[in-house]
Amino acid sequence: MKRRNFIQQTAATGAFIGLGGLNISLTENPKKHITILHTNDVHSHIEPFGPNDPRNANMGGVARRATLIQQIRNENPNTLLLDAGDIFQGTPYFNFYGGELEFKLMSKLKYDAATIGNHDFDNGLSGLLAQMPHAEFDFITSNYDFSNTILEGHTSPYKIYIRDGVKIGVFGLGVELEGLVTKKLYKETQYLDPVETATEMTRILKQEQKCDIVICLSHLGYEYKTENKISDVVLATKTKDIDLIIGGHTHTFLDKPSILNNLDGKKVMVNQVGCYGINLGRIDFFLDSDKKLNGSGVSINV
Amino acid sequence: MSYRFLYVLFLLTSLWACKNSIHTTSIKGDIIPIDKTINGDPEIIAYIQPYALHLNQTLDSVIAYNPNNLSKKDGKLNTALGNLMADLVMVQANPIFKSRTGNSIDIVLLNQGGIRSGIGKGPVTSRTGFELMPFENEIIVVELSGKKIQEMLTYLEVAKTAHPISGMQIRVDSNFKLKNAMIGGKILDINRSYFVATSDYLQQGGDNMNFFKEPLHIYELDYKLRNAIIDHFMKVDTLKTSTDNRFIQIP
Ligand SMILES: [Zn+2]
Repeated sequence: MKRRNFIQQTAATGAFIGLGGLNISLTENPKKHITILHTNDVHSHIEPFGPNDPRNANMGGVARRATLIQQIRNENPNTLLLDAGDIFQGTPYFNFYGGELEFKLMSKLKYDAATIGNHDFDNGLSGLLAQMPHAEFDFITSNYDFSNTILEGHTSPYKIYIRDGVKIGVFGLGVELEGLVTKKLYKETQYLDPVETATEMTRILKQEQKCDIVICLSHLGYEYKTENKISDVVLATKTKDIDLIIGGHTHTFLDKPSILNNLDGKKVMVNQVGCYGINLGRIDFFLDSDKKLNGSGVSINV
Repeated sequence: MSYRFLYVLFLLTSLWACKNSIHTTSIKGDIIPIDKTINGDPEIIAYIQPYALHLNQTLDSVIAYNPNNLSKKDGKLNTALGNLMADLVMVQANPIFKSRTGNSIDIVLLNQGGIRSGIGKGPVTSRTGFELMPFENEIIVVELSGKKIQEMLTYLEVAKTAHPISGMQIRVDSNFKLKNAMIGGKILDINRSYFVATSDYLQQGGDNMNFFKEPLHIYELDYKLRNAIIDHFMKVDTLKTSTDNRFIQIP
Protein backbone atom coordinates (compact mmCIF):
# COMPACT_ATOMS: atom_id res chain seq x y z
CA MET A 1 0.00 0.00 0.00
CA LYS A 2 1.23 3.47 -0.90
CA ARG A 3 1.89 5.70 2.03
CA ARG A 4 1.26 9.37 1.73
CA ASN A 5 2.28 12.06 4.05
CA PHE A 6 0.33 15.19 4.75
CA ILE A 7 1.56 18.13 6.71
CA GLN A 8 -1.30 19.86 8.42
CA GLN A 9 -0.86 23.58 8.45
CA THR A 10 -2.73 26.03 10.61
CA ALA A 11 -5.51 27.95 8.93
CA ALA A 12 -3.34 31.05 8.62
CA THR A 13 -0.64 29.41 6.58
CA GLY A 14 -3.05 28.05 4.06
CA ALA A 15 -2.77 25.02 1.89
CA PHE A 16 -1.20 21.79 2.97
CA ILE A 17 1.73 20.22 1.28
CA GLY A 18 1.40 16.65 0.16
CA LEU A 19 4.69 14.82 0.01
CA GLY A 20 3.97 11.74 -2.06
CA GLY A 21 6.13 8.80 -1.11
CA LEU A 22 8.01 10.57 1.66
CA ASN A 23 7.45 9.79 5.27
CA ILE A 24 8.28 12.76 7.40
CA SER A 25 7.41 12.91 11.04
CA LEU A 26 7.79 16.20 12.85
CA THR A 27 8.25 14.53 16.21
CA GLU A 28 11.66 13.70 17.54
CA ASN A 29 10.44 12.14 20.74
CA PRO A 30 6.76 11.44 20.91
CA LYS A 31 5.89 11.36 24.59
CA LYS A 32 2.48 9.74 24.36
CA HIS A 33 1.03 7.17 22.04
CA ILE A 34 -2.69 6.42 21.81
CA THR A 35 -4.01 3.64 19.58
CA ILE A 36 -7.62 3.66 18.38
CA LEU A 37 -8.91 0.35 17.04
CA HIS A 38 -12.25 0.15 15.31
CA THR A 39 -14.81 -1.97 13.52
CA ASN A 40 -18.14 -1.19 11.85
CA ASP A 41 -21.06 -3.13 10.38
CA VAL A 42 -19.93 -6.46 11.78
CA HIS A 43 -23.53 -7.64 11.30
CA SER A 44 -23.42 -10.67 13.59
CA HIS A 45 -20.46 -12.21 11.75
CA ILE A 46 -19.16 -14.31 14.60
CA GLU A 47 -17.36 -17.02 12.62
CA PRO A 48 -14.95 -16.45 9.71
CA PHE A 49 -16.30 -16.79 6.17
CA GLY A 50 -15.92 -20.30 4.79
CA PRO A 51 -13.36 -21.21 2.10
CA ASN A 52 -16.06 -21.25 -0.59
CA ASP A 53 -17.49 -17.81 0.03
CA PRO A 54 -17.49 -16.04 -3.35
CA ARG A 55 -16.41 -12.66 -1.99
CA ASN A 56 -14.84 -12.98 1.43
CA ALA A 57 -13.39 -16.50 1.59
CA ASN A 58 -11.51 -17.20 4.84
CA MET A 59 -11.83 -13.62 6.08
CA GLY A 60 -13.01 -12.26 9.41
CA GLY A 61 -14.03 -14.04 12.61
CA VAL A 62 -14.31 -12.71 16.15
CA ALA A 63 -11.70 -15.14 17.60
CA ARG A 64 -9.06 -13.91 15.14
CA ARG A 65 -10.02 -10.32 15.83
CA ALA A 66 -9.48 -11.04 19.54
CA THR A 67 -5.94 -12.28 18.85
CA LEU A 68 -5.08 -9.27 16.72
CA ILE A 69 -6.47 -6.81 19.28
CA GLN A 70 -4.54 -8.50 22.09
CA GLN A 71 -1.31 -8.28 20.09
CA ILE A 72 -1.86 -4.57 19.61
CA ARG A 73 -2.75 -4.05 23.28
CA ASN A 74 0.43 -5.87 24.30
CA GLU A 75 2.35 -3.48 22.08
CA ASN A 76 0.45 -0.41 23.37
CA PRO A 77 -1.83 -0.71 26.39
CA ASN A 78 -3.10 2.84 25.76
CA THR A 79 -5.66 1.59 23.30
CA LEU A 80 -9.32 2.36 22.75
CA LEU A 81 -11.57 -0.13 20.94
CA LEU A 82 -14.66 1.27 19.22
CA ASP A 83 -17.48 0.10 16.95
CA ALA A 84 -19.47 2.33 14.59
CA GLY A 85 -22.75 0.42 14.67
CA ASP A 86 -24.75 -2.31 12.90
CA ILE A 87 -23.52 -4.90 15.33
CA PHE A 88 -26.76 -6.81 14.78
CA GLN A 89 -28.30 -8.67 11.83
CA GLY A 90 -26.69 -10.63 9.05
CA THR A 91 -26.25 -14.19 10.30
CA PRO A 92 -28.57 -16.59 12.11
CA TYR A 93 -26.65 -15.87 15.34
CA PHE A 94 -28.70 -12.70 15.56
CA ASN A 95 -31.97 -14.39 14.65
CA PHE A 96 -31.39 -17.15 17.20
CA TYR A 97 -29.93 -15.25 20.11
CA GLY A 98 -31.09 -11.68 19.49
CA GLY A 99 -27.63 -10.11 19.74
CA GLU A 100 -26.68 -11.66 23.07
CA LEU A 101 -23.58 -13.39 21.69
CA GLU A 102 -22.46 -10.29 19.77
CA PHE A 103 -22.54 -8.14 22.92
CA LYS A 104 -20.96 -10.84 25.11
CA LEU A 105 -18.08 -11.28 22.67
CA MET A 106 -17.54 -7.53 22.30
CA SER A 107 -17.36 -7.37 26.09
CA LYS A 108 -14.79 -10.19 26.13
CA LEU A 109 -12.76 -8.29 23.54
CA LYS A 110 -13.02 -5.27 25.87
CA TYR A 111 -14.70 -2.85 23.52
CA ASP A 112 -14.90 0.59 25.12
CA ALA A 113 -17.84 1.94 23.17
CA ALA A 114 -20.18 1.51 20.22
CA THR A 115 -22.64 3.77 18.48
CA ILE A 116 -26.05 2.58 17.30
CA GLY A 117 -26.63 1.62 13.67
CA ASN A 118 -29.97 1.30 11.90
CA HIS A 119 -29.88 -2.50 12.08
CA ASP A 120 -29.39 -2.37 15.83
CA PHE A 121 -33.09 -1.43 15.90
CA ASP A 122 -34.07 -4.63 14.05
CA ASN A 123 -35.62 -6.22 17.12
CA GLY A 124 -37.07 -2.90 18.21
CA LEU A 125 -36.07 -0.70 21.13
CA SER A 126 -37.08 -3.48 23.50
CA GLY A 127 -34.89 -6.00 21.63
CA LEU A 128 -31.88 -3.69 21.96
CA LEU A 129 -32.60 -2.87 25.60
CA ALA A 130 -32.97 -6.58 26.43
CA GLN A 131 -29.41 -7.26 25.24
CA MET A 132 -27.79 -4.25 26.91
CA PRO A 133 -27.09 -6.12 30.18
CA HIS A 134 -24.71 -8.30 28.14
CA ALA A 135 -22.71 -5.26 27.00
CA GLU A 136 -19.85 -4.14 29.23
CA PHE A 137 -19.17 -1.13 27.02
CA ASP A 138 -20.77 2.26 26.45
CA PHE A 139 -23.43 3.08 23.88
CA ILE A 140 -22.69 6.55 22.58
CA THR A 141 -25.19 8.40 20.43
CA SER A 142 -25.57 12.17 20.32
CA ASN A 143 -28.29 12.69 17.72
CA TYR A 144 -30.84 10.05 18.71
CA ASP A 145 -33.02 11.52 21.42
CA PHE A 146 -34.40 8.55 23.32
CA SER A 147 -36.04 10.63 26.06
CA ASN A 148 -39.56 9.41 25.24
CA THR A 149 -38.50 5.80 24.84
CA ILE A 150 -37.47 2.86 27.00
CA LEU A 151 -33.81 3.47 26.01
CA GLU A 152 -33.80 6.74 27.99
CA GLY A 153 -30.74 6.70 30.25
CA HIS A 154 -29.13 3.71 28.55
CA THR A 155 -26.97 5.67 26.11
CA SER A 156 -24.63 8.66 26.44
CA PRO A 157 -24.31 11.65 24.10
CA TYR A 158 -20.55 11.54 24.63
CA LYS A 159 -17.91 9.91 26.78
CA ILE A 160 -14.44 10.96 27.75
CA TYR A 161 -11.77 8.29 28.08
CA ILE A 162 -8.38 8.97 29.63
CA ARG A 163 -5.43 6.92 28.44
CA ASP A 164 -1.93 7.82 29.68
CA GLY A 165 -3.26 11.23 30.72
CA VAL A 166 -4.62 11.95 27.26
CA LYS A 167 -8.27 13.01 27.21
CA ILE A 168 -10.15 11.35 24.36
CA GLY A 169 -13.68 12.62 23.75
CA VAL A 170 -16.01 10.37 21.77
CA PHE A 171 -19.46 11.27 20.47
CA GLY A 172 -21.77 9.35 18.17
CA LEU A 173 -23.95 10.10 15.15
CA GLY A 174 -26.67 7.85 13.77
CA VAL A 175 -28.33 7.79 10.38
CA GLU A 176 -31.85 9.16 9.80
CA LEU A 177 -34.25 6.35 10.68
CA GLU A 178 -37.36 7.47 8.80
CA GLY A 179 -37.67 5.50 5.57
CA LEU A 180 -34.86 3.16 6.64
CA VAL A 181 -36.23 1.52 9.76
CA THR A 182 -39.85 0.61 10.47
CA LYS A 183 -41.36 3.22 12.80
CA LYS A 184 -42.74 0.42 14.97
CA LEU A 185 -39.14 -0.51 15.79
CA TYR A 186 -37.71 2.91 16.69
CA LYS A 187 -40.97 4.35 18.05
CA GLU A 188 -40.55 7.86 19.52
CA THR A 189 -36.79 8.10 18.91
CA GLN A 190 -36.05 11.61 17.64
CA TYR A 191 -33.37 12.09 15.00
CA LEU A 192 -31.42 15.32 15.43
CA ASP A 193 -29.43 17.13 12.77
CA PRO A 194 -25.93 15.60 12.60
CA VAL A 195 -24.02 18.82 11.81
CA GLU A 196 -25.76 20.81 14.55
CA THR A 197 -25.26 17.98 16.99
CA ALA A 198 -21.59 17.59 16.06
CA THR A 199 -21.06 21.34 16.47
CA GLU A 200 -22.51 21.16 19.97
CA MET A 201 -20.55 18.01 20.87
CA THR A 202 -17.22 19.42 19.69
CA ARG A 203 -17.93 22.62 21.62
CA ILE A 204 -18.40 20.57 24.78
CA LEU A 205 -15.53 18.17 24.15
CA LYS A 206 -12.95 20.63 22.81
CA GLN A 207 -13.82 24.00 24.37
CA GLU A 208 -15.34 22.96 27.70
CA GLN A 209 -13.75 19.62 28.44
CA LYS A 210 -10.45 20.40 26.69
CA CYS A 211 -10.13 16.97 25.15
CA ASP A 212 -6.83 16.28 23.43
CA ILE A 213 -8.42 14.03 20.82
CA VAL A 214 -12.03 14.22 19.58
CA ILE A 215 -13.50 11.23 17.79
CA CYS A 216 -16.86 10.98 16.06
CA LEU A 217 -18.29 7.46 15.86
CA SER A 218 -20.61 7.72 12.91
CA HIS A 219 -23.18 5.51 11.26
CA LEU A 220 -24.09 8.19 8.70
CA GLY A 221 -22.33 6.51 5.78
CA TYR A 222 -19.09 7.45 4.04
CA GLU A 223 -20.32 9.39 1.00
CA TYR A 224 -23.43 9.63 -1.22
CA LYS A 225 -23.94 10.57 -4.84
CA THR A 226 -27.00 12.57 -3.83
CA GLU A 227 -25.79 16.07 -3.16
CA ASN A 228 -26.28 17.46 0.32
CA LYS A 229 -27.09 14.09 1.86
CA ILE A 230 -25.21 14.07 5.12
CA SER A 231 -22.27 11.66 5.19
CA ASP A 232 -18.91 11.42 6.91
CA VAL A 233 -17.28 13.29 4.04
CA VAL A 234 -19.84 16.12 4.29
CA LEU A 235 -19.66 16.13 8.09
CA ALA A 236 -15.86 16.45 8.01
CA THR A 237 -16.04 19.60 5.90
CA LYS A 238 -18.91 21.23 7.80
CA THR A 239 -17.48 20.90 11.33
CA LYS A 240 -14.30 21.68 13.24
CA ASP A 241 -12.34 20.24 16.15
CA ILE A 242 -12.95 16.61 15.13
CA ASP A 243 -9.69 14.70 14.75
CA LEU A 244 -11.09 11.41 13.55
CA ILE A 245 -14.40 10.23 12.11
CA ILE A 246 -14.88 6.47 12.37
CA GLY A 247 -17.64 5.60 9.96
CA GLY A 248 -20.03 2.83 9.04
CA HIS A 249 -23.33 2.08 7.28
CA THR A 250 -22.21 2.19 3.64
CA HIS A 251 -19.93 -0.85 4.05
CA THR A 252 -17.18 1.14 2.37
CA PHE A 253 -13.84 -0.59 1.91
CA LEU A 254 -11.33 2.24 1.79
CA ASP A 255 -7.78 1.52 0.60
CA LYS A 256 -6.58 3.80 3.34
CA PRO A 257 -8.10 6.38 5.67
CA SER A 258 -9.21 9.59 3.91
CA ILE A 259 -7.93 13.02 4.83
CA LEU A 260 -10.31 15.97 4.42
CA ASN A 261 -10.29 19.67 5.28
CA ASN A 262 -12.60 20.87 8.02
CA LEU A 263 -14.26 24.29 8.45
CA ASP A 264 -11.00 25.71 9.80
CA GLY A 265 -8.97 24.25 6.96
CA LYS A 266 -7.50 21.66 9.29
CA LYS A 267 -7.20 18.00 8.42
CA VAL A 268 -9.74 15.45 9.57
CA MET A 269 -9.16 11.75 9.16
CA VAL A 270 -12.14 9.63 8.07
CA ASN A 271 -11.89 5.86 8.21
CA GLN A 272 -14.26 2.98 7.58
CA VAL A 273 -13.28 -0.68 7.35
CA GLY A 274 -15.94 -2.24 5.13
CA CYS A 275 -18.10 -4.73 7.00
CA TYR A 276 -18.52 -8.18 8.58
CA GLY A 277 -15.36 -7.98 10.69
CA ILE A 278 -13.17 -8.46 7.63
CA ASN A 279 -10.83 -5.65 8.67
CA LEU A 280 -9.73 -3.86 11.80
CA GLY A 281 -9.07 -0.13 11.64
CA ARG A 282 -6.04 1.15 13.50
CA ILE A 283 -5.26 4.82 14.07
CA ASP A 284 -2.18 5.79 16.08
CA PHE A 285 -1.98 9.23 17.64
CA PHE A 286 1.46 10.40 18.73
CA LEU A 287 1.26 13.30 21.14
CA ASP A 288 3.76 15.68 22.60
CA SER A 289 3.42 17.62 25.80
CA ASP A 290 5.35 20.79 25.05
CA LYS A 291 3.59 24.03 24.25
CA LYS A 292 4.32 24.61 20.56
CA LEU A 293 0.70 23.95 19.63
CA ASN A 294 0.38 26.81 17.18
CA GLY A 295 2.50 27.03 14.14
CA SER A 296 3.63 23.45 14.15
CA GLY A 297 1.96 20.93 11.91
CA VAL A 298 0.57 17.49 12.41
CA SER A 299 1.96 14.90 10.08
CA ILE A 300 -0.59 12.38 8.92
CA ASN A 301 0.51 9.06 7.49
CA VAL A 302 -2.00 6.84 5.78
CA MET B 1 -5.55 5.95 52.31
CA SER B 2 -3.52 9.13 52.20
CA TYR B 3 -1.20 7.58 49.64
CA ARG B 4 -4.14 6.86 47.43
CA PHE B 5 -5.32 10.41 47.91
CA LEU B 6 -1.92 11.76 47.03
CA TYR B 7 -1.83 9.58 43.97
CA VAL B 8 -5.24 10.85 42.83
CA LEU B 9 -4.13 14.39 43.50
CA PHE B 10 -0.95 13.82 41.55
CA LEU B 11 -2.97 12.41 38.72
CA LEU B 12 -5.29 15.38 38.76
CA THR B 13 -2.56 17.99 38.94
CA SER B 14 -0.51 16.30 36.29
CA LEU B 15 -3.57 16.28 34.08
CA TRP B 16 -4.19 19.89 34.89
CA ALA B 17 -0.61 20.75 34.15
CA CYS B 18 -0.89 19.02 30.84
CA LYS B 19 -4.03 20.89 29.82
CA ASN B 20 -3.67 22.83 26.62
CA SER B 21 -0.18 21.56 26.28
CA ILE B 22 -0.68 18.01 25.08
CA HIS B 23 -1.04 18.04 21.37
CA THR B 24 -1.00 15.65 18.52
CA THR B 25 2.17 15.67 16.50
CA SER B 26 1.44 12.84 14.14
CA ILE B 27 -1.34 10.46 13.22
CA LYS B 28 -0.94 7.18 11.44
CA GLY B 29 -3.90 5.35 9.95
CA ASP B 30 -4.11 1.74 8.89
CA ILE B 31 -6.64 -0.87 7.79
CA ILE B 32 -5.62 -4.38 8.87
CA PRO B 33 -7.19 -7.39 7.12
CA ILE B 34 -8.35 -10.17 9.43
CA ASP B 35 -7.38 -13.28 7.50
CA LYS B 36 -6.40 -16.88 8.18
CA THR B 37 -2.81 -15.98 9.00
CA ILE B 38 -4.18 -14.90 12.40
CA ASN B 39 -4.88 -17.76 14.80
CA GLY B 40 -8.21 -17.46 16.57
CA ASP B 41 -8.10 -16.88 20.33
CA PRO B 42 -8.83 -20.35 21.79
CA GLU B 43 -10.86 -18.92 24.67
CA ILE B 44 -13.16 -17.09 22.26
CA ILE B 45 -13.49 -20.16 20.02
CA ALA B 46 -14.51 -22.25 23.05
CA TYR B 47 -16.98 -19.59 24.13
CA ILE B 48 -18.70 -19.53 20.72
CA GLN B 49 -18.86 -23.33 20.34
CA PRO B 50 -22.04 -24.18 22.29
CA TYR B 51 -23.92 -21.36 20.53
CA ALA B 52 -22.68 -22.61 17.14
CA LEU B 53 -23.61 -26.19 17.90
CA HIS B 54 -27.21 -25.42 18.80
CA LEU B 55 -27.59 -23.11 15.85
CA ASN B 56 -26.18 -25.50 13.27
CA GLN B 57 -28.25 -28.44 14.47
CA THR B 58 -31.40 -26.40 13.96
CA LEU B 59 -30.36 -24.81 10.69
CA ASP B 60 -29.09 -27.90 8.92
CA SER B 61 -32.08 -30.16 9.38
CA VAL B 62 -33.57 -30.85 5.93
CA ILE B 63 -37.12 -29.52 5.47
CA ALA B 64 -37.71 -29.88 1.71
CA TYR B 65 -36.16 -30.87 -1.61
CA ASN B 66 -35.42 -28.51 -4.49
CA PRO B 67 -35.27 -30.19 -7.95
CA ASN B 68 -33.75 -27.21 -9.86
CA ASN B 69 -31.21 -24.46 -9.24
CA LEU B 70 -33.14 -21.26 -8.61
CA SER B 71 -31.74 -17.77 -9.06
CA LYS B 72 -33.48 -14.39 -8.99
CA LYS B 73 -31.69 -13.57 -12.25
CA ASP B 74 -33.05 -16.43 -14.40
CA GLY B 75 -35.90 -14.58 -16.09
CA LYS B 76 -36.71 -11.20 -17.56
CA LEU B 77 -39.90 -9.94 -15.92
CA ASN B 78 -40.67 -12.97 -13.78
CA THR B 79 -38.45 -15.69 -12.39
CA ALA B 80 -39.12 -19.12 -10.89
CA LEU B 81 -37.60 -18.01 -7.59
CA GLY B 82 -39.51 -14.71 -7.47
CA ASN B 83 -42.76 -16.50 -8.32
CA LEU B 84 -42.10 -19.02 -5.55
CA MET B 85 -41.57 -16.21 -3.04
CA ALA B 86 -44.65 -14.20 -4.03
CA ASP B 87 -46.86 -17.29 -4.26
CA LEU B 88 -45.76 -18.59 -0.88
CA VAL B 89 -46.53 -15.24 0.72
CA MET B 90 -50.03 -15.46 -0.80
CA VAL B 91 -50.51 -19.02 0.45
CA GLN B 92 -49.07 -18.45 3.92
CA ALA B 93 -50.45 -14.98 4.66
CA ASN B 94 -53.94 -15.17 3.18
CA PRO B 95 -55.48 -17.52 5.80
CA ILE B 96 -54.18 -15.25 8.59
CA PHE B 97 -55.49 -12.13 6.86
CA LYS B 98 -58.83 -13.76 6.11
CA SER B 99 -59.33 -14.98 9.67
CA ARG B 100 -58.64 -11.49 11.02
CA THR B 101 -60.52 -9.33 8.53
CA GLY B 102 -62.85 -11.56 6.52
CA ASN B 103 -61.17 -10.29 3.35
CA SER B 104 -58.74 -11.94 0.94
CA ILE B 105 -55.40 -10.76 -0.35
CA ASP B 106 -55.71 -9.73 -4.02
CA ILE B 107 -52.06 -9.10 -4.87
CA VAL B 108 -48.60 -9.84 -3.50
CA LEU B 109 -45.73 -7.54 -4.44
CA LEU B 110 -42.19 -7.95 -3.14
CA ASN B 111 -38.93 -6.56 -4.51
CA GLN B 112 -36.33 -8.45 -6.47
CA GLY B 113 -33.52 -6.94 -4.39
CA GLY B 114 -35.10 -8.40 -1.28
CA ILE B 115 -34.30 -11.95 -2.39
CA ARG B 116 -30.85 -12.23 -0.87
CA SER B 117 -29.70 -15.55 -2.36
CA GLY B 118 -30.61 -18.35 -4.73
CA ILE B 119 -31.64 -21.89 -3.83
CA GLY B 120 -29.31 -24.63 -5.02
CA LYS B 121 -30.63 -27.93 -6.34
CA GLY B 122 -30.83 -30.52 -3.56
CA PRO B 123 -31.92 -30.60 0.06
CA VAL B 124 -33.44 -27.42 1.46
CA THR B 125 -32.84 -26.55 5.11
CA SER B 126 -33.96 -23.77 7.44
CA ARG B 127 -30.63 -22.17 6.60
CA THR B 128 -31.99 -21.63 3.07
CA GLY B 129 -34.75 -19.50 4.60
CA PHE B 130 -32.20 -17.40 6.46
CA GLU B 131 -30.11 -16.97 3.33
CA LEU B 132 -33.10 -15.92 1.22
CA MET B 133 -34.32 -13.51 3.88
CA PRO B 134 -31.66 -12.55 6.42
CA PHE B 135 -33.63 -9.52 7.63
CA GLU B 136 -36.49 -9.33 10.09
CA ASN B 137 -39.05 -7.90 7.69
CA GLU B 138 -42.69 -8.68 8.35
CA ILE B 139 -45.50 -9.35 5.93
CA ILE B 140 -48.13 -6.63 6.01
CA VAL B 141 -51.29 -6.12 4.00
CA VAL B 142 -52.34 -2.70 2.76
CA GLU B 143 -55.63 -1.64 1.25
CA LEU B 144 -54.86 0.45 -1.84
CA SER B 145 -57.21 2.45 -4.05
CA GLY B 146 -57.46 1.50 -7.73
CA LYS B 147 -55.55 4.70 -8.47
CA LYS B 148 -52.63 3.58 -6.31
CA ILE B 149 -52.68 0.20 -8.06
CA GLN B 150 -52.29 2.13 -11.29
CA GLU B 151 -49.26 3.90 -9.80
CA MET B 152 -47.92 0.47 -8.88
CA LEU B 153 -48.30 -0.67 -12.47
CA THR B 154 -46.48 2.44 -13.68
CA TYR B 155 -43.71 1.68 -11.20
CA LEU B 156 -43.36 -1.87 -12.54
CA GLU B 157 -43.45 -0.59 -16.12
CA VAL B 158 -40.57 1.81 -15.42
CA ALA B 159 -38.58 -0.66 -13.27
CA LYS B 160 -38.53 -3.35 -16.01
CA THR B 161 -37.47 -5.69 -13.21
CA ALA B 162 -38.69 -9.12 -12.14
CA HIS B 163 -40.15 -7.91 -8.86
CA PRO B 164 -42.01 -10.91 -7.42
CA ILE B 165 -45.79 -10.65 -7.93
CA SER B 166 -48.71 -12.95 -7.31
CA GLY B 167 -52.45 -12.62 -7.98
CA MET B 168 -51.83 -10.28 -10.89
CA GLN B 169 -51.11 -10.65 -14.58
CA ILE B 170 -49.35 -7.82 -16.42
CA ARG B 171 -48.64 -7.46 -20.11
CA VAL B 172 -46.36 -4.75 -21.48
CA ASP B 173 -45.48 -3.96 -25.07
CA SER B 174 -42.03 -3.88 -26.69
CA ASN B 175 -41.44 -0.43 -25.09
CA PHE B 176 -42.49 -1.74 -21.69
CA LYS B 177 -45.71 0.30 -21.89
CA LEU B 178 -48.59 -1.34 -20.07
CA LYS B 179 -51.03 -3.18 -22.37
CA ASN B 180 -53.28 -4.64 -19.70
CA ALA B 181 -53.37 -5.80 -16.12
CA MET B 182 -55.63 -8.46 -14.63
CA ILE B 183 -56.15 -8.86 -10.91
CA GLY B 184 -57.72 -12.12 -9.79
CA GLY B 185 -58.60 -12.76 -13.44
CA LYS B 186 -60.43 -9.44 -13.85
CA ILE B 187 -59.44 -6.13 -15.45
CA LEU B 188 -58.25 -3.53 -12.95
CA ASP B 189 -61.22 -1.54 -11.62
CA ILE B 190 -60.03 1.97 -10.81
CA ASN B 191 -63.09 2.57 -8.61
CA ARG B 192 -62.49 -0.19 -6.09
CA SER B 193 -59.76 -0.92 -3.57
CA TYR B 194 -57.45 -3.92 -3.40
CA PHE B 195 -55.64 -5.77 -0.62
CA VAL B 196 -51.93 -6.02 -1.33
CA ALA B 197 -49.50 -8.07 0.75
CA THR B 198 -45.92 -6.83 0.89
CA SER B 199 -43.12 -6.33 3.41
CA ASP B 200 -43.06 -3.57 6.00
CA TYR B 201 -39.82 -2.37 4.38
CA LEU B 202 -41.48 -1.77 1.02
CA GLN B 203 -44.62 -0.33 2.55
CA GLN B 204 -42.50 2.39 4.12
CA GLY B 205 -41.09 3.47 0.79
CA GLY B 206 -38.25 0.97 0.38
CA ASP B 207 -37.10 0.64 -3.25
CA ASN B 208 -39.07 3.85 -3.89
CA MET B 209 -42.39 2.00 -3.88
CA ASN B 210 -44.10 5.24 -2.88
CA PHE B 211 -47.58 4.03 -3.88
CA PHE B 212 -47.51 2.00 -0.66
CA LYS B 213 -46.93 5.00 1.56
CA GLU B 214 -50.42 6.25 2.36
CA PRO B 215 -52.76 3.31 2.03
CA LEU B 216 -56.43 3.28 3.01
CA HIS B 217 -55.58 0.73 5.70
CA ILE B 218 -52.58 -1.15 7.04
CA TYR B 219 -52.98 -4.61 8.53
CA GLU B 220 -50.03 -6.02 10.44
CA LEU B 221 -49.91 -9.80 10.41
CA ASP B 222 -47.05 -10.19 12.93
CA TYR B 223 -45.63 -12.77 10.54
CA LYS B 224 -42.01 -12.55 9.43
CA LEU B 225 -41.28 -13.08 5.76
CA ARG B 226 -38.57 -15.58 6.70
CA ASN B 227 -40.93 -17.55 8.90
CA ALA B 228 -43.41 -17.72 6.04
CA ILE B 229 -40.66 -19.09 3.79
CA ILE B 230 -39.56 -21.73 6.31
CA ASP B 231 -43.14 -22.69 7.18
CA HIS B 232 -43.91 -23.12 3.51
CA PHE B 233 -40.83 -25.25 2.82
CA MET B 234 -41.76 -27.49 5.75
CA LYS B 235 -45.22 -27.92 4.30
CA VAL B 236 -44.44 -28.66 0.65
CA ASP B 237 -41.85 -31.46 0.69
CA THR B 238 -40.67 -30.61 -2.87
CA LEU B 239 -40.39 -27.06 -4.22
CA LYS B 240 -42.47 -26.60 -7.37
CA THR B 241 -42.10 -23.38 -9.31
CA SER B 242 -41.35 -22.02 -12.76
CA THR B 243 -41.43 -18.86 -14.80
CA ASP B 244 -44.87 -18.22 -16.30
CA ASN B 245 -46.92 -15.51 -17.97
CA ARG B 246 -47.77 -13.38 -14.90
CA PHE B 247 -45.56 -10.50 -16.06
CA ILE B 248 -44.54 -10.62 -19.70
CA GLN B 249 -43.64 -8.49 -22.66
CA ILE B 250 -45.60 -9.05 -25.86
CA PRO B 251 -45.00 -7.24 -29.13
ZN1 LIG C 1 -24.65 -2.13 7.91
